[in-house]
Amino acid sequence: MEIILSIAIGVMTSCGVWLILRPRTYQVIIGLSLLSYAVNLFIFSVGGVKTNVPPILSEGGGHDLLADPVPQALVLTAIVIGFATTALFLVVLLASRGMTGTDHVDGRGEKR
Amino acid sequence: MKGWDIGITLAPHFLVLLLALPFIGSLLSVLLLNTASTALPSRLASLVAFGCLAITVFAYPQVTDGNVLRYTIEWIPQLGLNFSLRLDGFAWMFCVLINGIGFLVTVYARYYMSEEDPVPRFFSFFLAFMGAMLGIVLSGNVILLSIFWELTSISSFLLISYWNNSAAARDGARMALTITGIGGFCLLIGLLLLGNIVGSYDLDKILASGDLIRSHSLYVPALVFILLGALTKSAQFPFHFWLPNAMAAPTPVSAFLHSATMVKAGVFLLARFSPALSGTYEWFFILGAAGIVTLLLGAFFAIFQQDLKGLLAYSTISHLGLITTLLSLGSPLATVAAIFHMLNHATFKASLFMAAGIIDHETGTRDMRRLSGLFRYLPYTATLAMVASAAMAGVPLLNGFLSKEMFFAEAIETHADSVLDIILPYVATLAGAFSVAYSLRFIHTVFFGPSPTNLPKDTPHEPPRWMRFPIELLVVICLIVGIVPAFSVGPFLHTAVVSVLGTQTPEYSLSMWHGFNLPLIMSLIALVGGAALYFVLSHYLATCEDGPPLIRRLKGQRIFERILVEVSWRWARMAEQRIGTRNLQPQLRWVVVTGFLAGLLPLWHSGFEPRTFVFSGVDKVFAGIWLVGICLALGTAYLAKYHRLAALVMLGGIGLIVCITFVWLSAPDLAITQLLVEIVTTVLILLGLRWLPKRTEKMDESVTFRARFRRFRDLLIAIICGIGMTFIAYAVMTMPVPDAIATYFLENAYSEGGGRNVVNVILVDFRGFDTLGEIVVLGIVALTVFALLRRFRPAPDTMVMPEQQRIQNRFDEERPERNAGDTVREYLLVPSVIMQWMFPVIITFAVYLFIRGHDLPGGGFSAGLTLSIAFLLQYLAGGTRWAEDRIRILPLWWMGLGLIIATLTGIGAWFLGYPFLTSHSQYLTLPLIGKVPAATALLFDLGVFLLVVGSTVLILVALAHQSIRITRLRTIEAEKAKES
Repeated sequence: MEIILSIAIGVMTSCGVWLILRPRTYQVIIGLSLLSYAVNLFIFSVGGVKTNVPPILSEGGGHDLLADPVPQALVLTAIVIGFATTALFLVVLLASRGMTGTDHVDGRGEKR
Repeated sequence: MKGWDIGITLAPHFLVLLLALPFIGSLLSVLLLNTASTALPSRLASLVAFGCLAITVFAYPQVTDGNVLRYTIEWIPQLGLNFSLRLDGFAWMFCVLINGIGFLVTVYARYYMSEEDPVPRFFSFFLAFMGAMLGIVLSGNVILLSIFWELTSISSFLLISYWNNSAAARDGARMALTITGIGGFCLLIGLLLLGNIVGSYDLDKILASGDLIRSHSLYVPALVFILLGALTKSAQFPFHFWLPNAMAAPTPVSAFLHSATMVKAGVFLLARFSPALSGTYEWFFILGAAGIVTLLLGAFFAIFQQDLKGLLAYSTISHLGLITTLLSLGSPLATVAAIFHMLNHATFKASLFMAAGIIDHETGTRDMRRLSGLFRYLPYTATLAMVASAAMAGVPLLNGFLSKEMFFAEAIETHADSVLDIILPYVATLAGAFSVAYSLRFIHTVFFGPSPTNLPKDTPHEPPRWMRFPIELLVVICLIVGIVPAFSVGPFLHTAVVSVLGTQTPEYSLSMWHGFNLPLIMSLIALVGGAALYFVLSHYLATCEDGPPLIRRLKGQRIFERILVEVSWRWARMAEQRIGTRNLQPQLRWVVVTGFLAGLLPLWHSGFEPRTFVFSGVDKVFAGIWLVGICLALGTAYLAKYHRLAALVMLGGIGLIVCITFVWLSAPDLAITQLLVEIVTTVLILLGLRWLPKRTEKMDESVTFRARFRRFRDLLIAIICGIGMTFIAYAVMTMPVPDAIATYFLENAYSEGGGRNVVNVILVDFRGFDTLGEIVVLGIVALTVFALLRRFRPAPDTMVMPEQQRIQNRFDEERPERNAGDTVREYLLVPSVIMQWMFPVIITFAVYLFIRGHDLPGGGFSAGLTLSIAFLLQYLAGGTRWAEDRIRILPLWWMGLGLIIATLTGIGAWFLGYPFLTSHSQYLTLPLIGKVPAATALLFDLGVFLLVVGSTVLILVALAHQSIRITRLRTIEAEKAKES
C-alpha cells in the first residue's frame, strides 16, 4: 500500500512541479491542482495508512484502531481552501489575459 | 509631604483610567471630524487632560516615600508579558508634566489653530500622543513600555505632518519617524536582551538586579541598544538633526512634544534604568561623550539660527545634552540635578515655544532678521518671554539657575579619570555662555530695536487673554521655583528622586544662595562671557544665513537624506537588478529549489536511514487504480498546453482516484469533500476555458537551444522533487505513528464534543477557531473573485461568438421551422429535465449531510458544497437566464449570515463565562426524525454551511455571468459601429 501511495505522490509532485514551471497560465493552474492532490495525500498519510478501520467512534468501543482524525481534519479544510485558491487564481488568470491579451504568465507574448 | 494627604486613597484601577482617558478622548475627537467649531474639540481635549491631571494629583499620597502604585492585568503570563502599570514618584512627576503641560497646551492650541485647519484631527492625534506618553511612564513591563514608545513615534509623526500639504512638514515627519523608529527598534532589542539577562520583563525585577546585569556578558550589547533608543528619542548627537526639522509641526506640538515631553522620554528612560545599567565605564563613556558634544554643539548652533523655533529647538537639544551628561556621571547628586532640570526645562521651554507661537501668529513670520521692536506691540508677551528666556539662560532667581548651579557643581567633581572628566568644567561654562548668548539674542532681536517694517501681518497686538494664560502660569512657576525652591518643588522632587535612587538618595539642599563658591563663579563667567559674545556677534547675526558659519553646509539632515537615498533607492535598485526578476518562472523555480533544499537539509543533518523500508504487500486493485492515476497525471502534464479540455478531464480523473483512495484508507469525510470539490472545480475551470486563447494544437518544432535547455532543466527539477517526495512519503508512512494529539481528540470527542465523527468535532469544536479563520478566508476569496470579475474585460479575440455557437446558430437559420437558439435549448434535454427534478432531492441530501455531520461523515463543509451543486445544476440545466428567472440566490447574504452565525455562536460562550467558541452539547428528540445531536457546535457548523454555499455560488455565478455581460457588451459595440 505504502509504496504505491508514495510513488503516486511522487509522480503527481513531478508533474505538478513541471507544470508550474511552464510559461502558460493554464499549465500553472493545472500544476497547482496536481500539487495540491499530492500534498493533501501526503499530509493525510502522516497519520498512518490504515485500511478497513472504523472512522467513527462506536458505542463503548475502544479507539486504538480508529483512523487518525487530525490529518483528516487538516486535509478537509485544505481541500475547500484549495478550491478557493484555484478560483482566485483562475480569475486572476482571466483578468491578466483580458488586460495583456496573452496567456503567458508574465503577460507577454511570443516565447513559449 | 503629609499636608497632601487629603483622605482619598485612589484604587489602582484609576491607573487604567488615567491611561485610557486620552485614548478614549482621541476616539471621541475622531467622531467630531465633521464639526466646524474649533472650540468643541479643544474643550474635549482640555477636559481629558484636566481629568488626567486630577487623577494624578489625587494619586500623590500613594507614591511618596518610595511607595509604588501597581495594577496588573494578565496578558500572556506564560511569556512573562503582562499589562502592568506602575506609578512611582518619578513616573508621577512625569505624569504631572505630561498632563499639566498637556492641559495648558490644549488651552493655548484652541486659539492658535485656525478655522481652516482640521482641528478635531489635531486634537485626536494630540490626545493619542498624550496617552502613549503616559503609557511610557506608567509601564511596569518593559515590552509594554516599548510598545508605547513606538506609539509616541507614530503619533509624533502624525502631528509633525499635520499640515501635510507642506513638503517641509512631510520631510520632517518622515525623518523624525525614521530616526526615532530605528531607535525604538533598537530599544526593543535592548529590552529583550535585558529581559533575557534577568529572566523577567517586569520593571521592578529588572531594576532590582543591577549587579547581575552589569556583570553579564550581554551587558554591553543590551546597553548599546537601549542607549541608541534613548539617544535617538532625546535628539542627542549624532541623531540630533531630526528635532530642528520637526519644527515644521504646529507650535503647540513643538511646545508639548518637542520640548516638554516626548524628547524627555529618552532621558526619562535613562534615569529610569540608571539603577540597573549605570555605574560602568561604558555607560559613562558613551553617554558622557554624546551628552557633552550635544550640550556644546546644540548651544553653539542655537546662536546662529534665524528661525525662532529653530533657536529653541537647538537650545532644547543642548539642554537635553546637559541632562544626558548629568546622568552619565552616575553619581546620586548628578541624578538629582538631572531630574530637577527635566522639570525646569519643561516649564521654561514650553512657555518659550508658546511665546514664539504667539509672535508667529501675530506677525506672520518667525525669521529673526525681520522681527524687531515688538515690545511696543506685545508688552505682556514680551515680559513673559523675557523671564522665561532668563530662566533658560540660567539667571538667578529663576528655576533654570538652580539646576544649572547643580550641574556646575557636579561638573567640577571628579567621577572617572578620563579626558571627558577633565574637560567637563570648561565645556559646562562654555555651553553656559552660549546659552546666555542665544537667550539674549532671542530677546534683544525680537523685542527691542526699531519697529518692524513690512511684516506679513501689520500691527501685531496682544493675543486673547486665554492664549497668554498658559505662558503666565508657567512663568510664575519658574519664578516660584527659582525663589523658594524648598517650599515649592522640594517635596515633589524628593519623591521623584527617592523612587529612582532609593536608599542611595543623597543629602542635597535646594536653595537659591549657597554662598560664594566655584559654581557661582562659573555662572558669572558664563553670564558675562555670553553677553559679551552676543554683542560681538550681533552685527553678523543680524544678516547672516541660517546655521553656524563654516559648517553650515555640513548638515546632519543632508547626510541623513544621502544615506536614505543610497539605501532605499540605489542599493535597492542594484539588488533588484542583480538578483531580482519580474518573471514568474525564475521566481517559482527558486521557490521550488529552495523548498527542496530546505527539505533536504534536516535529512542531511540527522541522517536518513532506510532501515524502515519494509515491503508490506500490495493490493492489486489499489495498484491498478493508481497505475491509471499515474498515467492520467502524466497525460495531464503533457496535454495542459495542447488540449486544455482533455487535461481538465484527466485532472478530474485523478481527483476521483484520490477520492477512492480516501475511501480505501478509511477517511469517508475526506472522500465526500473531495468528490464535491472535484465537481465544483471542474465546472469552475470549464467556465474559465471560454476566455482563454485558442489552443496550440501542434508541437512547435523550431525550438531554440535555450528553450530546449530550459525544458530539460525544469524536467530535471521536477523529477528530482518527485523522487524526493516519494522517499519522504514512504518514510513517513512506514514510520510508527507516534502517540500524538490524536489520542486526546479520540478520547474526548464524544464526552466533550458530543459527537462521534471525530473529524467533524475537531473542525467545529476543538479547533473551531481555526475553522472560523478558514471560512473567513473562503469568504474573502469569494469577494475578491467577485470584485475582480466586476471590472473584467476579456481579450478582444474572445469577444467574438465562439465557433460552436456559430455552427449551432447557422443550423437553426438554415431551417425555417426553427428559431435561433433552439439547438442549445434542446441540447441534453433529457439530462437537464432530470437535473431540474433532482433539485429538491439534492437539497434534502444536503440537509441530511448537515444534520448527521456531527456523528457520521458529513458536516457543514460537505453539506454546503452539496447545496451549491444543487444550484449549479439548475444553471447548467436551463442556462443562467432561465435559472435566475426562477430562483433568486443572494450569495452575499448567505455569506454574511454564515459569518454572523458562526461568530455569534462563539461569542455566546462568553455570556456563559466560557472562552470564545466553547461548545455545549446535548441530544434533542424531534418528531419523526428521532434523536438529533444539538450541540452548539451544530450552530457553528450552520455558519460554516451557509458561508460555503454563499462563497461557492458567488464564485461560480460571477464567472457564469461573464457570458451574459459579454453578449451585452457585444451588442453595445455593434450599435456603436453601426452609428459611426
